[in-house]
Amino acid sequence: MLLKGKVWKYGDDINTDVIFPGKYTYTITDPEEMAKHSLEDLDPAFASGVSRGDVIVAGKNFGCGSSREQAATCLKYAGVGAVVAKSFSRIFFRNAINAGLPLIQSADAPDRIKPNEVVTIDFEKGELTCEEGVFTFRPLPEEVMGILQSGGLIPYTRKLLETE
Amino acid sequence: MGFTFAEKVLAKKSGKDKVAAGEIVTVTPDRILSHDNTAAISRIFQQLGRNKVVHPDKIVIVLDHCVPAANEKHALNHKVIREFVTEQGIKGFYDVGTGICHQVLPEKGYAFPGSLILGSDSHTTTYGAFGAFATGIGRSEAAVLWATNQLWLRIPETYRIEVEGIFPPWVSAKDLILHIIGELGADGALYKAVEFRGPTIENMSIAGRMVLCNMAVEMGAKIGYVLPDKKTSQWLGPRVKNNYEVITSDSDAAYERVIRYNVNHMPPQVACPHQVDNVKAIDKVSGTQIHQALLGTCTNGRMEDLEVAASILKGKRIASGVRLLVFPASWEVYREAWNKGILLQLAEAGAIIMNPGCGPCLGAHEGVLAPGEVCLSTANRNFRGRMGCRDAFIYLASPATVAASALKGHITDVRSL
Ligand code: SF4
Repeated sequence: MLLKGKVWKYGDDINTDVIFPGKYTYTITDPEEMAKHSLEDLDPAFASGVSRGDVIVAGKNFGCGSSREQAATCLKYAGVGAVVAKSFSRIFFRNAINAGLPLIQSADAPDRIKPNEVVTIDFEKGELTCEEGVFTFRPLPEEVMGILQSGGLIPYTRKLLETE
Repeated sequence: MGFTFAEKVLAKKSGKDKVAAGEIVTVTPDRILSHDNTAAISRIFQQLGRNKVVHPDKIVIVLDHCVPAANEKHALNHKVIREFVTEQGIKGFYDVGTGICHQVLPEKGYAFPGSLILGSDSHTTTYGAFGAFATGIGRSEAAVLWATNQLWLRIPETYRIEVEGIFPPWVSAKDLILHIIGELGADGALYKAVEFRGPTIENMSIAGRMVLCNMAVEMGAKIGYVLPDKKTSQWLGPRVKNNYEVITSDSDAAYERVIRYNVNHMPPQVACPHQVDNVKAIDKVSGTQIHQALLGTCTNGRMEDLEVAASILKGKRIASGVRLLVFPASWEVYREAWNKGILLQLAEAGAIIMNPGCGPCLGAHEGVLAPGEVCLSTANRNFRGRMGCRDAFIYLASPATVAASALKGHITDVRSL
């Protein structure tokens, strides 16, 4: 799988409250509607400006805070093709995989990627190419990759239950 | 080389002889927790093509996040959940007014040593205070657990936090955990199991241990854990009906890190906007004007929290221009505080006594903030927008600091009163 997208760049500790505000967690149920509020309290320009396949690049501990799955769902439905960060909070990591949103963990790439530049990601090879060069990343563990490749946890489990 | 608590409990729950940190295993939990998000989980569950949950007896549902319903949408959400639990025969259902899930589960005997509790709420880590392996998951994962009783988990490495010393007057578990998070950072224990050990923890109340484990997730931890002891079994005695096995780390277990703290000279701590790890000693922030003070939440809404606040406010009056909201963490706490006259003392000091529940902690209702306003809260998160307004400011502190500050109208060192 090859992805080419424009970069939206943010800092460290981007928490789930700024990705998807808590006040909407029980009132907005439609994922398309969720997408319209993505990153609302961090970057009000994001939801209206993001295009399919765009890439979020951030520092450490992306997605910390609440367990709310909408933080991953809203980004997925907003069209985000992947999130590249130095590290991810554990529940966000799970939620993203389960929503079918690819994550790339890289210690050095986030500092070198520039805002608004276009990057190319080769998920099979584990390569991210930006203006400053090519960065390699470790593919996800096999167990986890299976979920992502099925399009998320729900399609993955449905298949599993059908074959039982 | 011995094994850690995390390795031992997850080996047991995945049916293996032994596992090591870093491995991925498939586990079956003892309890599956959800709250107001149950309606959303039930919609995901329907997509799995199953009509009935496999283990209704494992499921615990507590309505707490927006109770009583703030508007029609929330009311409908609750209604859908009530219909779902009836249809599925789920007995572990606690309706509006019982309290916050993280207080209700232990009270009702669902959390016990050696148990595996997976909850679609990040502060599920709280039950580590009882020697459980308890961690947060997403909504889809809760739905999958209802349908399959199975989920993958990675075995975490373990940090051991050793605490010694005696807290100075008015300084408590909340100050300790804020201090630790301030030092280690919001990702300081990312993916790790964190064991709180040492004489200070042994001397600590169950409520204090719950504060530590509750906030362990604010430094990224997968679980918090306190060694069960006599205090634990006494607390659980009248509540847990089943047998349980206490699981502890071997004395030669492989800890990734051992970190030591001494609380002897620890001043009260405050987490400043907009990050939980932006922690300062009280003297750096005292004098900051506040508009609202919040005493409650799953972090600090227990009996000892209300008592310490009442001991500061009794017979006095909070500053004009400050709203003090009090949310007992559960009906059980509410009732005891009522009986002991604690709620009356707080009310007479000017507090607004609210119903058991999360209150404005997640910004849904019951005391959200306006732009420019400052709230000093006993909660666990101060992210931008958390209390419903992106241009408000949230500081986090202990119940004692919140009470003292409500009295003065600005952030106050309780030791200066
Ligand atoms: S009190 Fe706050 S942190 Fe605790 S469960 Fe409720 S919303 Fe979450």
